[in-house]
Order: sequence, then C-alpha cells, then structure tokens
Amino acid sequence: MLVFVIRRLMQSALVLLVMSVLVFAGVFAIGNPVDILINPQADQAEIARLTAALGLDQPLWRQYAVFLRQAASGDLGNSFVYNVPAIGLILERLPATLELAVCAMLIAVLLGIPLGLWAGLRPDSIAGKSIMAGSILGFSLPTFWVGLMLIMVFAVQLGWLPSNGRGETREVFGITLSFLTRDGLAHMVLPALNLALFKLSLIIRLTRAGTREAMQQDYVRYARAKGLSMRRIVGVHVLKNIMVPICTVIGLEFGSLIAFAIVTETVFAWPGMGKLIIDSINVLDRPVIVAYLCITVILFIVINLVVDLVYSLLDPRVRLAAAGN
Amino acid sequence: MTQPQTPQTEETPARRIATDFAASHLAVAGLATLLLILLLALLAPLISPQNPYDLAQLDVLDSRLAPGAQSGDGKMTYWLGTDDQGRDMLSGIFYGLRISMLVGISTTLAALAIGLAAGLTAAYFGGRTDSIIMRVVDMQLSFPTILVALILLALLGQGTGKIILALVVVQWAYYARTVRGIALVERRKEYIEAAVCLALSPLRIVFRHLLPNCLPPLIVIATVQVAAAIALEATLSFLGLGLPITEPSLGLLIANGFSYLLSGKYWISFFPGLALLLAIVSINLVADRLRDVLNPRLQK
Repeated sequence: MLVFVIRRLMQSALVLLVMSVLVFAGVFAIGNPVDILINPQADQAEIARLTAALGLDQPLWRQYAVFLRQAASGDLGNSFVYNVPAIGLILERLPATLELAVCAMLIAVLLGIPLGLWAGLRPDSIAGKSIMAGSILGFSLPTFWVGLMLIMVFAVQLGWLPSNGRGETREVFGITLSFLTRDGLAHMVLPALNLALFKLSLIIRLTRAGTREAMQQDYVRYARAKGLSMRRIVGVHVLKNIMVPICTVIGLEFGSLIAFAIVTETVFAWPGMGKLIIDSINVLDRPVIVAYLCITVILFIVINLVVDLVYSLLDPRVRLAAAGN
Repeated sequence: MTQPQTPQTEETPARRIATDFAASHLAVAGLATLLLILLLALLAPLISPQNPYDLAQLDVLDSRLAPGAQSGDGKMTYWLGTDDQGRDMLSGIFYGLRISMLVGISTTLAALAIGLAAGLTAAYFGGRTDSIIMRVVDMQLSFPTILVALILLALLGQGTGKIILALVVVQWAYYARTVRGIALVERRKEYIEAAVCLALSPLRIVFRHLLPNCLPPLIVIATVQVAAAIALEATLSFLGLGLPITEPSLGLLIANGFSYLLSGKYWISFFPGLALLLAIVSINLVADRLRDVLNPRLQK
C-alpha cells in the first residue's frame, strides 16, 4: 500500500512539472500584459520600467527558473492586476468554489441514488421512464442555459431566490462560508442546483444500470429465497455492490465539478476561483492563470489518489489484485 | 392456390438498422428535428429575413423589441424580437445554428480521424507505441474538457478555426481510447489471423479488415460528441472565449441577452437557448437509439 502511494505521488510530481512547463510556455505565448495594464499615453521609458518591474524583460527560461524556484516555496508571483500574491488570491476564493461543489455533489448523490434505484427496480413504470427521460434532458441541457433559466424563473419571475453573489457569510476558522446563514443558504440554492444537474443525471443513470444488473445476480435470488425483505435486499445487498462504481464516479466527477463551476460561477456571479480565472484570462493576468492551473492540477491529483485508495478499501477484489502484483 | 407474397427485398444490414431505428417514435422525432435544423442551418442565408452579420442592415432604433414587434420602417416583423443591436433574433438563430453545426460536425470528423489513427496504431502495434499513446490519452482524459478547452482558447485567441482546433484537441482522446479497446478485441479474432496468414500488408489489414469492424460503436460516440462539441462551443462563447462578437453563435447570442434577463427581456437569451437545446436533444435522441440498434448484443 505504502509503495503504491509513493509511486503514485512520484507520478503526480512528474505530471505537475510537465503541466507547469506547458502552462508557463503557453501562457507566455499569449499577448503582452503590459499593453493592457499600462496607460495608453505612457511613453517608452514607462513601458520599459513596467516590463522590468514585472520581470518580462528576462529570457523565457530564466523567467521559468524564477517561477519554478518561487513556486517551490509556495510563491507563484504577484497578480499583475491586484498586486497581491496570486496564490493567496486563488486560495481566498477556493472555499467559495469548494462549498458550491460539495453542495452540488450532495444534491446529486442524495437525489440521484434514490431516483436511480427507483428507475432501476421499476424500469417499465411511468415514474421509471420519466426519471430516465429527465436524465437525458439533464445531460443535454447546457449548464449555462439552465442557469439563465433558473434565474429567469426563480429570481426574476417568481422572485423567490436571489440570483447573484454569496449573500451573508460567516467565518469559521478564518474561512468564509455561506451555508451557515439563512441568507447565504438562499443564495446557494440556485447555483448549487445548476451545478448539480449534470452529475445528478449521471448518478441516476449509473445507479439504474447497476441496480438492473445486480437484481439479476445469484446473490439477490438467494437472498430472496432466504425470505429477506425487499428493503433489506436493496438497501444492503444491492446498494453495497453498486456503490463501488458510484463512489469512483463521485470522486472523479468532483474534480470536473470544480472545473464546471467556472460556468456556474460566471452565471450567478459567485465569487469563486472560476469567476476569477475568467476575469484573469480577459486581462491576461498571467500569474493568476498559472496559479489557478497549478492549484487545480494539485486538486485533481489529490482527488484521483483519494479515489484510488477509497476504491481499494471498498472493493476487496482490487486490494487482492494489487497485493498479487 | 396462390403463393403467399414474399417481400422481394432482401434483408440488408442498412435496411434492418433503418427498420429497427424507426421502431422508436421518439428517435424518429429526434431525427426529423435534426434534419429540419440541418436544413435551416444550410439554407440560413436564403430564408433569414435579415443578414445578422451585416451591420448595415441592423437598426439600433429597433433594439430590444419584444417578439412580434414591427420594425421602425414597418418593413418586417421581428417574430422572436431583437437583441441589443437591433438584430432580428430569428435570423440570428438560423445563422447561429449554422455555426454550431459547422463547429460540431467538423470537430467530430477531425477528432474521429485523429483518434482512429492513434487508437488503431496503439492497438495494432502494441508495446511501447501503445503505452506512449495511451499515457497521453489518460493524462488528457483526467482533466475536464472545459478546462482544457478554456486554457487552449485563452492561449489561441478567438475565431471559428481556433475553437474547432481546441475542441479537436479535447475530443480526440475519447475516440483513441474507444478504438483501441475495440481493436484489441477484434485483433484476436480469426478473420484478422486469417488475413495475417494471407500475408496481407499491415495497412490493408488495419484499414480494410480491422477498421470496418470497429465502426459501429464509433458512430454512436461520434453522434454524442457532435452534441457535446456544440454544447461546449456554446459554453465557451458564452464565457466570451469562443467566437468574435461580429459573428454571434448561439452561445454568444445567449450571453448578449444575459444582462437583459434581469429586466424581464427574456427573449434575447431564451430563444437561442431553445434552438441550442433542440439541436442537442435531437442529436442525443438519435444517438441513444443508434446505440441500441447498432449493438449486436441487444439483437433478438
């Protein structure tokens, strides 16, 4: 197990290094941030001064070396726009994004598994068919348009829920959270629902397929023959077996939730990392773009690692296979 | 005694697939919608009341009119309203569909070609070639599509060609992995062995024998990916990273209307969104049915 973790960590470090080179080279290739930041009437001397101050007059490899050395000590450079450390800027926004993503995942899991079970146990009932039709719709609808429609219906027409921002937040151990206040919770409903929709459809389909397959297995027939109640068969035997793929998907999809939060955050003006990256791309704020990518890549690596570990804990067969190697 | 009339036509695979496909009303409705959308996209310049890209035809005085309103000079009716530049939404939607379809189909064809080549190469040659290609594929698939496309577009800038390039980079890996999976299974079958025994060239074996047998699942994935490409293009355009504002795609039309949504001017965002939705849902319905029809395991 330890060897596995160490090997994975080394692979991850390599991926991170490759990514940093690609991203740095790529980000360097786009436009000149000085053009955007400086007053259009600035003279040549002023431009040169700003270029030097930002370190943009150095050769590319030296800029990368400086970047790498600083990155190793947790300093990814100052934002050109805000002139504060880029990494701090991102980390400051991280709780908002994580909060939204966790809430969306909870909605997807808590609604998706029961709905999927229902559709899997009664595939030919009207409810089962409607659930599946709904999930096709959930797959098809582009997230941003659903967000707009949610705003149109619930914020503009009905006026039930607020449509932008985080609302009132409360600090816990220095982290600002929305879900602790009534107002914050109200602000979170629409964006979380919007972000959850796609994953909800995915979990419904996965659960349904797993349930249908599991119901035909011998162990279910045996449990029935033993006279166990349907509730116990589904709740204990079936659920336990379909949870392995579902857990994997939940883990892997959590990363993509953070990425797709970019769209939801833009629609609902949710002050998370996603909104920051879009703003930063528009003004070519390189350090922030690089910092965002580095943090996202690290997040992904950690998530993938955790998923692998949890997987082997959940499914003894995986553990045996790993030990056999 | 009269002989019972037997149908003269033979049961060809194409005919069987068509019959199977038609058994689902929902799928037929999806196909009909899709064909209609393709027709509208193709004929956009002929049937649009206005050329939405020609700024000379737009009248700013007609901006943000509600659906059904008359234009200022009384010459035309804006059936779906106008946007903030006085652009007729109906014409905007026809032209937008044209861009969406162009992006979706060309992305899919290019990504399919690259993915096929990579996947078949990996599966046929195996060994180191295989592990290098698959390592790249795995690495790419571990990042969400939107993130990769977003970064690429941030680097490349705006434009139809660039968005297609970004989407191809995002999508080729799906095909490569699928093709490799299928090809690995097919490779071990007897007909490939027979072809190898006949000393046919590897190129001939790969393209004439291996490829046709890998196609059915790929057709399904390609159909789904056309919808995915259209949705992704719209999303990126909505975020302001896709196409230039002078040639609005559906995503950009929706983004334009976003700021007016809060003041109740719903039509600028709503109708392009509806068109986008119809396009995506109809493609997905067709793909869903194709998946069942082309899967030999589900054949009775």
